[in-house]
Amino acid sequence: MAMLGPHAGFILAAYLATAAILTGLTLAILIDRRAQRRALAALEERGAGRRGGGAA
Amino acid sequence: MASFIDLANPTRFMRLSSTLLPWLAAPAALLLSIGFYLIWFVAPADYQQGETIKIMYIHVPAAWLALMFYSMMTLSALGVLVWRHPLADVAQQAAAPIGACFALICLLTGSFWGKPMWGTYWVWDARLTSMLVLFLLYLGVIALRRALDEPSRAGRAVAILTLVGCVNIPIIKFSVDWWSTLHQPASVLRLDGPTIHASMLWPLLITAIGFTLLALSLHLAAMQAEILRRRVRTLTIFEAERLDRLSLQGAP
Repeated sequence: MAMLGPHAGFILAAYLATAAILTGLTLAILIDRRAQRRALAALEERGAGRRGGGAA
Repeated sequence: MASFIDLANPTRFMRLSSTLLPWLAAPAALLLSIGFYLIWFVAPADYQQGETIKIMYIHVPAAWLALMFYSMMTLSALGVLVWRHPLADVAQQAAAPIGACFALICLLTGSFWGKPMWGTYWVWDARLTSMLVLFLLYLGVIALRRALDEPSRAGRAVAILTLVGCVNIPIIKFSVDWWSTLHQPASVLRLDGPTIHASMLWPLLITAIGFTLLALSLHLAAMQAEILRRRVRTLTIFEAERLDRLSLQGAP
């Protein structure tokens, strides 16, 4: 901490805030994409892929 | 032009983006690792700012990306309203949260830099205020889309709001030239070249490129999620219609 000078707290706060925001954003996108893939797979398994027909 | 039209096919886009994603994410991780190593162990302290110069290495790329993503959204808005490109609305919807996050990072890191340097977390000068307006525009775009149920109507409304708000981009860029601001003028993107020493400029540029590749990776992944979501929505409607039809026929 001493190597960061008298304003170390502000420097660390900036980096921690950045890490938290980008980690949250990345996780949110990846979790959302995985959830949509699972939902799509479940729908296709139930035969929901066609408008006119019944189960595949 | 033909390849641009080819990308309008969501299935083809999903395949191409899946191929491209590792080629964006891996260099992003590498460049950010190199950049942070240079920032923390190589780049010197500033003669005036001391070690708080380290905040600049994330603040400046965050600001650039906040502007870049809104510019991308503006192009997407034109794609929705003028060219009717099928993936334009997907691109716009995926970009908004990412741009908002980088605008928030810019505002927060700027405040953490401002307190020790200027003695205050915030001043209502032109640069800071216009960047806050940009962040609020991002939130407004996200909120407007969620407020409208019908997707195509939401897409058009968001596109119009985005185009109206794009006037803020040159205001942000030239605010330090047009008004007397506490925020310092441009040090990198200048007609007569950067004024930052190479020992600081290289870590800044490497980190900026790393963050850009990261942001583009997240954008592609978010577009994939949005395309899948729309497909799920369509199939859910098909399934509901099918079940409705079966129940009317008296099927078990």
